[in-house]
Amino acid sequence: MTGVLFAEQVLNGLQSGIMLFLTAAGLTLVFGVMGLINLAHGSLYMVGAFAAAAVAAWTGSFLLGLVAALAAAAAAGALVEVVVIRRLYARDHLDQVLATFALILIFSEGVRWAFGSFPLFLDIPDALSGPVMLPGGIAYPAYRLMLIVVGLAVAGGLGLLIAKTRLGVRIRAGEADREMVAALGVDIRRLYTVVFALGAALAGLAGALVGAIQSVQVGMGEPVLILAFVTIVIGGIGSIKGALVGALLVGLTDTLGGVLLPLLFGLFMAPSAAGATGSALASMAIYILMAGVLIWRPRGLFG
Amino acid sequence: MMRERTVNGIVLAGLWLIPLTAWLMGAPFTITLATKVAILALAGVGLNLALGIGGLVSLGHAAFFGIGGYAMGVLASHAQAFDPILTAPFEWSGTKSMPVIWLFAIVAGALAALVIGALSLRTSGVYFIMVTLAFGQMFYYFAISWPAYGGEDGLSIYVRNGFPGLNTLDPIQFFAICAVVLMAVLWLVSRIVASPFGLALNAARQSEARVRAVGLEPYRLRLIAFVISGAITGLAGALFADLNRFVSPVMFSWQMSGELIVFVILGGVGRLFGPVVGAALFVTLEHWLGGLSDYWHIYLGVLLLLVVLFARGGIVGALARRDGHD
Repeated sequence: MTGVLFAEQVLNGLQSGIMLFLTAAGLTLVFGVMGLINLAHGSLYMVGAFAAAAVAAWTGSFLLGLVAALAAAAAAGALVEVVVIRRLYARDHLDQVLATFALILIFSEGVRWAFGSFPLFLDIPDALSGPVMLPGGIAYPAYRLMLIVVGLAVAGGLGLLIAKTRLGVRIRAGEADREMVAALGVDIRRLYTVVFALGAALAGLAGALVGAIQSVQVGMGEPVLILAFVTIVIGGIGSIKGALVGALLVGLTDTLGGVLLPLLFGLFMAPSAAGATGSALASMAIYILMAGVLIWRPRGLFG
Repeated sequence: MMRERTVNGIVLAGLWLIPLTAWLMGAPFTITLATKVAILALAGVGLNLALGIGGLVSLGHAAFFGIGGYAMGVLASHAQAFDPILTAPFEWSGTKSMPVIWLFAIVAGALAALVIGALSLRTSGVYFIMVTLAFGQMFYYFAISWPAYGGEDGLSIYVRNGFPGLNTLDPIQFFAICAVVLMAVLWLVSRIVASPFGLALNAARQSEARVRAVGLEPYRLRLIAFVISGAITGLAGALFADLNRFVSPVMFSWQMSGELIVFVILGGVGRLFGPVVGAALFVTLEHWLGGLSDYWHIYLGVLLLLVVLFARGGIVGALARRDGHD
């Protein structure tokens, strides 16, 4: 494998990692602040992708599609929080798992009912459809590069939001001591709705951005949800920094494992057997990574 | 309110009388549905031991269900193709005999549960849920990408495996096998729950610190429970594969794990017959709502949401008070 090809795969790994971070950030934020495990987070990712595809097809503008994704996912998140999720904060994790599992069923079948079972397509905007030349002679798709840049920008913005703004202070205070924050006059119920909607909007944005390079279909959220779980277990549940590190680790392991493991086995096995063994092991690589982290640090890297 | 034992008696009577009536009236499809109920209930009984008694919310029990299914698929596919599964130290071309397949499914399920449990039980609470989910997914992706046994397409077994002295192709006889296995396991689990081990496991769920204080190790209790639970769910997986005469990665999917939890909760968590009631309700709803609308999962979701939010304790919990002190 040449250096250029390898660099390309590293960039692909970064790109999928940073998109994973957008989904994982909301999940870990909701768990850190509200103590809630939300299986339906992947459904919000799907809602974002469908909203973007529908609006982009209708208006012809990718940017308007992204705005729609943010708005639709945030609105769906706020609605679900007020109607259902709010009743689950005081419940045990088993009830939270079941209720949000029920929400997945409702969301998935609802979207299937509204849009049908066939995948929708969301086109990459023309300006970003070609490759860009990077230093070192790497021709890399402009859209994927844009995903890395946008993802990093959102990650930085989220960090600033939590570290520097009044909302961020409240979120951190809510994590530390719920009763005290309420006693100081912060409307904790509204804060929770805002945090949930913020997490939903991030997931919706990721769904829309990734939807343009994959197909937009019912059930697209669940694989991402599980990757996001692996991510925050590795990073430590509740930690945004952990989510970022975990997401990049998962993205790189998944992408590079898929390329390198078959090559590695090819050194001492017949090509067909090496391909099969390598890709079977590569599909398990992130879970082996997670098991390794848990043996070393049962509460994750930053937990 | 009835005693739990009365409710259990009614459930057991229904489990046998409905398919027997269907058999007399010549309705084989109803018998097949009842068989499905018995098998899914068995998987739920396995999960209930870990989840209801041990308090271990495993969202990865599809791993054991799928392993049981593939134990059957691998052994039977070799036997039907006369393709030796072992050449050294002796040649063995798989088997089409249910009891042998069950043994393999139980051992494989127990071994997988030992490894997954040993790692996952280092964590607790929400970590445990996510880690078991991730391990389940690991098996799912492995089954999809491993081409030797069908990969994504799964494996078809053309003739149902045999049981000495019975014709397993006759729906009522196959139902009887599954129902007897279910009853045997229910009896076994009721003995386990009442044993000193079961009491200690129950105590470890309610108050870990006190269990430690009397010198018991919660980790070991939970691991043993998780292994027994995995073995039972593995056995159910082998029967489920035999019911469909088909195994595919879908048996490993996390929706399967979710559905197993749904059986346990709908029926009543920690209740001996809870999973039987839950599985019966689920299969009935699937059949009835599925006939009414293609989008029956919406109704299932709403029902599940209502049960979780407003009717904790499930159906057995609504019908019966607990026997003895609780």
